[in-house]
Amino acid sequence: MRGGHALARWAAALAVYAFLYVPLAVVVLFSFNDSLLNAQWVGFTTRWYAKLLHDDEMLRAAANSLLIALGASAIATVLGTMAGIAMQRWPSGLLRLLPFLVLTPVAMPEILLGVSLLIFFRQVLDLTLGLFSILVAHITFSIGFVAIIVRARLAGMDASIFEAARDLGASPWRTFRHVTLPLVLPGILAGFLMSFTLSIDDFVITFFVAGVGVSTLPLQIYSMLKVAVTPEVNAVSTLLMALTLTLIGLAARLAPDALKGRA
Amino acid sequence: MAILEIRNVTRRFGDLKAVDDVSLSIEAGEFFTLLGPSGCGKTTLLRMIAGFDEPDAGALFLDGRPLAGIPPEKRPVHTVFQSYALFPHMSVAQNIAFPLRMAGRSEDEIRRRLGETLELVHLADKARHFPHELSGGQKQRVALARGLINRPRLLLLDEPLGALDAKLREQMERELIALQREVGVTFVFVTHSQQEALALSHHIAVMNAGHIEQADTPERIYSHPKNRFVADFIGTINLLPVEVRAATPDGLDLLAGGLGKIVAPPPADPARLAAGERGSFALRPEQVRVVAHGEPQDLRNRFHGTVRDSLYLGDVTVYKVELANGVLLEALLANSTPGRARVFAVGDAVGVGWRHDAGVYLRD
Repeated sequence: MRGGHALARWAAALAVYAFLYVPLAVVVLFSFNDSLLNAQWVGFTTRWYAKLLHDDEMLRAAANSLLIALGASAIATVLGTMAGIAMQRWPSGLLRLLPFLVLTPVAMPEILLGVSLLIFFRQVLDLTLGLFSILVAHITFSIGFVAIIVRARLAGMDASIFEAARDLGASPWRTFRHVTLPLVLPGILAGFLMSFTLSIDDFVITFFVAGVGVSTLPLQIYSMLKVAVTPEVNAVSTLLMALTLTLIGLAARLAPDALKGRA
Repeated sequence: MAILEIRNVTRRFGDLKAVDDVSLSIEAGEFFTLLGPSGCGKTTLLRMIAGFDEPDAGALFLDGRPLAGIPPEKRPVHTVFQSYALFPHMSVAQNIAFPLRMAGRSEDEIRRRLGETLELVHLADKARHFPHELSGGQKQRVALARGLINRPRLLLLDEPLGALDAKLREQMERELIALQREVGVTFVFVTHSQQEALALSHHIAVMNAGHIEQADTPERIYSHPKNRFVADFIGTINLLPVEVRAATPDGLDLLAGGLGKIVAPPPADPARLAAGERGSFALRPEQVRVVAHGEPQDLRNRFHGTVRDSLYLGDVTVYKVELANGVLLEALLANSTPGRARVFAVGDAVGVGWRHDAGVYLRD
């Protein structure tokens, strides 16, 4: 009886994992398949990866993606960290609204955010869409994630630690530098990695605010798909997946509490 | 000369006066305790001394200089927090050296003073450990060492023994007394435990509802409480309703309804007492003598009663004796003679008495 239950549980779990990961595994597998068709296994090759390296459009899109991801996550990390600390330290007064304001973009449907940013950039600011508008959009949706992680890290700490630092002779700045910063640093790094990941594989928002002529990796993959699912697409997707998983893994190690059951 | 002068300090939170017109003077080198139930304002007062809060009215003076507007890091006042507040990312040595680093001392001086301080609190072998590797008592010592290393003018201690178990607490009390004597820094200790306050302090200020009820030595506070709150808060005390018959510099004649005359020690200012005034006579349980019925007593205050309850505590037995007027008098008798524990049984008729110079009259 017990054995039967256990077996059923294992089967259910296996089915769920298969549902989640078989499609990804197929993409990875066919990125090494020596055939133009994603139909049957012919033989092992790395030529699709080599071909990527000579695809100028793809390389330009990848460079854009990296540049935007680095810039957006760096800026979002600074702003998000400040927001996270502020939310933790001053939970009353006008700043009571801060968590709401900072976290809304996290919960907002991406398409809404994309459309509203497009309208804001074009009709309000009259901005030419391009790298800069993508950068600003990515900062917008990343701040909230950093703030959540930093705040979760601070929430687990005894607030009198920071008073103790002041009490023992540290100015507010030195308290931040010698006590607050080292203590939240893992959360800040995790926040940075999270924003980097979100930025590098964002499609929906980027699609709205990219304009013409500027492409990022996800946009480039999409435009290639319009023709056919080539092994090259499999290869670039595999690389993107590897990068994302590595960063998420790192972030999870740095801030285990912050990422549990979130994002 | 007073090291800390608190003058008419008031601090309001909304409608609540957390600290209400408090004036106190703390002498250099003493162990001073703020004692009171939770919510009495003692922690608020401590935070104003440390600089985390400012009074709404009144002023604080450290060494004669006003403290208003000086941020916590600029005050030569350090705090041992209730939760210890050790920096979790720093080793014991780094924690203790923190105030010296912030004060910009030389590496040489830091190394020397760190060594001395680690010795002082018996933590030399734990210098490289991190806070999470320490026991409660060790964390406590790190917090003390960190508060003392830069020789503050005042060390504030916010219920630092609250988190320790009874045995460790007694040991830490002894260490605190020895440490304070050794370093000579003025300690301002906050606690709700009357036992800690009595054991540790040179002076105690009993606080209640934002104001000071009495500030005095532990002995005076215990034996001469100024009012019913202090009498009740410090230890156990018997309160008998009485009426003043006569007040002279030699003694006080009181009348307890249904019981008779009580002779009490003279009040501080007999002139202020009028015959006919009503109040309470307060008597500590250990001041009450209990003898078998009929046994002669050479005491001026002696009455008959019946044992209603007894509690055997090992070293002592606590009896509740009902007097002729129905009042239950608590008496504490040492079981010092072997085999003499529980000499009296519930229901026994006994004689009770106390010396004419025991107890204190309290106005209502």
